[in-house]
Amino acid sequence: MKTRYAIALAAATSFATTAAFAEDIKIGVFLGFTGPIESTVANMAPGAELAIKEVSDSGKLLGGKKVVAVRGDTTCIDSAVATAAAERLITSDGVKAIVGGDCSGVTTAALKNVAKPNGIVMISPSATSPALSTIEDNGLFFRTAPSDARQGVIVADILKENGIKSIAVTYTNNDYGKGLADAIASNFKKAGGTVTINAPHEDGKGDYTAEVGALAAAGGDMLVVAGYVDQGGRGVVQAAVDTGAFDRFYFPDGMVSPALVTNHGADLNGSIGANPGTNSPGAATFVDMAKKAGFTSGPFSPESYDAAALILLAMQAAGSSESGKLKDKVMEVANAPGEKIYPGQLAKALEIIAGGGDVDYVGASAVELIGSGESSGNYRQVKYENGKEVVVGYR
Amino acid sequence: MDVLNAIVLFGNFVGVPAIAYGSQLALGALGVTLVYGILRFSNFAHGEIMSFGAMVAILVMWVLQAAGIGISPLPTVLLALPAAIVGTIALVLIVDRLVFRYYRVKRSPPVILLIASTGVMFVVNGLIRFIIGPTDQRVDDGTRFIMKVRAFKEATGLNEGLAIKTSQVISLTAAVACVVLLFWFLNKTKTGKSMRAYSDNEDLALLSGVNPDRVVTFAWILAGTLAALAGTLYGLDKVYKPFTYLQLLLPIFASAIVGGIGSPVGAIVGGFVIAFSEVMVTYAYKKFLGYILVADWAPVGLAQFLGTDYKFAVSFMILVVVLLVRPTGIFAGKTL
Repeated sequence: MKTRYAIALAAATSFATTAAFAEDIKIGVFLGFTGPIESTVANMAPGAELAIKEVSDSGKLLGGKKVVAVRGDTTCIDSAVATAAAERLITSDGVKAIVGGDCSGVTTAALKNVAKPNGIVMISPSATSPALSTIEDNGLFFRTAPSDARQGVIVADILKENGIKSIAVTYTNNDYGKGLADAIASNFKKAGGTVTINAPHEDGKGDYTAEVGALAAAGGDMLVVAGYVDQGGRGVVQAAVDTGAFDRFYFPDGMVSPALVTNHGADLNGSIGANPGTNSPGAATFVDMAKKAGFTSGPFSPESYDAAALILLAMQAAGSSESGKLKDKVMEVANAPGEKIYPGQLAKALEIIAGGGDVDYVGASAVELIGSGESSGNYRQVKYENGKEVVVGYR
Repeated sequence: MDVLNAIVLFGNFVGVPAIAYGSQLALGALGVTLVYGILRFSNFAHGEIMSFGAMVAILVMWVLQAAGIGISPLPTVLLALPAAIVGTIALVLIVDRLVFRYYRVKRSPPVILLIASTGVMFVVNGLIRFIIGPTDQRVDDGTRFIMKVRAFKEATGLNEGLAIKTSQVISLTAAVACVVLLFWFLNKTKTGKSMRAYSDNEDLALLSGVNPDRVVTFAWILAGTLAALAGTLYGLDKVYKPFTYLQLLLPIFASAIVGGIGSPVGAIVGGFVIAFSEVMVTYAYKKFLGYILVADWAPVGLAQFLGTDYKFAVSFMILVVVLLVRPTGIFAGKTL
């Protein structure tokens, strides 16, 4: 039944795509609709599509052009499938720019093999690997998510402020996990701390006692778990608590989630963490907008909205929907000077730009693009008390 | 004091987990060995059959929990075990009727049955995905610990703590009980004796009036029971992930072959040999050596033979060495 529904839906979507007028501007929404982060993507794609719809309905983009979103599946992990999907979006659907990809590995593959040769702009809402900061992209790649190198600095600061002198680090064995763990370890060492061990763990195992045994032998004041909250990350925390190897943890990124509290409850007391997030006024507005549009603002949905908004505002600023022209305007619309633009004000922004004015897009995730075009990053610091997550502050 | 700390540390990270894991492997290997002894092929579907048993147990557990029936402090899933065993026996008998019997009657070579069992593995795998889905299920309600680390430290005053989970004790108890019952069955009952005879020499047993259908049915019933038990206990002790049982297949076969495939004693010994090797080779001895050696001699590195990712490689290595040096296993196998 479900499959039949999906097929009907797919057919309807493709029909809608072909029915769009030739002069409509198409934007690729290139995220992992299947695969290990499909539940997160379920709230990311609507974020991007919300911005696209807002601009399209305003009738103010490039003299009243309509914009449509075309979805492509990255699968998050399979670079070959992601490359094929990007190829289809660009050559067959003819998208002008892409919101995505989501996971660092597939994003790199799609950028190198398809987007760069075709000269198409990609703005990723969630790829955080430090390697993407220095990748050769002909100025085509941006991200509204911060690099994990930046997160490494934040984590080292938080640990130092909490008086932690030594840490053991374990990470999920992939590009993302290794990049993040290395960033944390090197920054913590720079700050004068000791890293007793930096070891990977595989996802999808039933038992993590052996991994935790090695971590426990190395010791440390705290265990940093750079993993997935429904996967190995959970197993490692459970085994560490069960064997009494560690009783305080540091959780980066996606580990800070409601599921963590549901799974481990009071065992987390004394642990700390931080995940991307902001208390800027745009974030609250976006949560309401999402609710009205029928989805929940989850991890990376604000960043997805912002990625799509940046592409469209840059088009307006460039006076053209071609990637080759708009790529030079992305940094301009994202940063000061100019009028601050929050979610829901895209029509206003389009008007200002059309009138020759300047905008500083703040959006839902307080976007500020630095370096080669990546978010400077805003983090929400939390601690765990009485089996609950408490927000300490934002940085 | 330091020696005591070292022993407790070792017990907490090696001894207790390895004994529980060994019990679960032994139960799995017993099932594999029984099928091999009687039906004369390696049943690669055994891992998925274990997963199926655990799945039935969880489904029944949900019904019991919804009805408010429990046996606290013991986990509810134990109450669901009889149903799981019946369900698993039904599955293996149906599979035998639909798949294996055809090749048995044709007297196909073992390798064909082995390939057929691989097919069964994929079908059962799909069935599980279809019924319960691929996500994790927590099974361990009730009191999870018999001994907690903090309580142990406070009671003994040692630096190191020892944690003993309820599920670990249940695993060991169940394994011992099963082994005793199985040996009694094989050695004392008429059906058991006819099974051993059939396994030893099929033609001679048939001439002596042993009913082959009955022997085969009983072999499947025993294998199904053991699989349901092993699967449920593994899920209870760790977490029920439907597809980790595929990974368990290697250590289970290693256990059976190391002990001597076809030999029940061998399966049990093999289970513990594999479990202890896997855990001991990948354990980091830094802290342990720090306790027992003179202060300055304590190692700077982790003192770990192999990374924990090589856990399964350990099973492989032992398997290869045994096959090269003593192909029949520790207890020369092939007979029950």
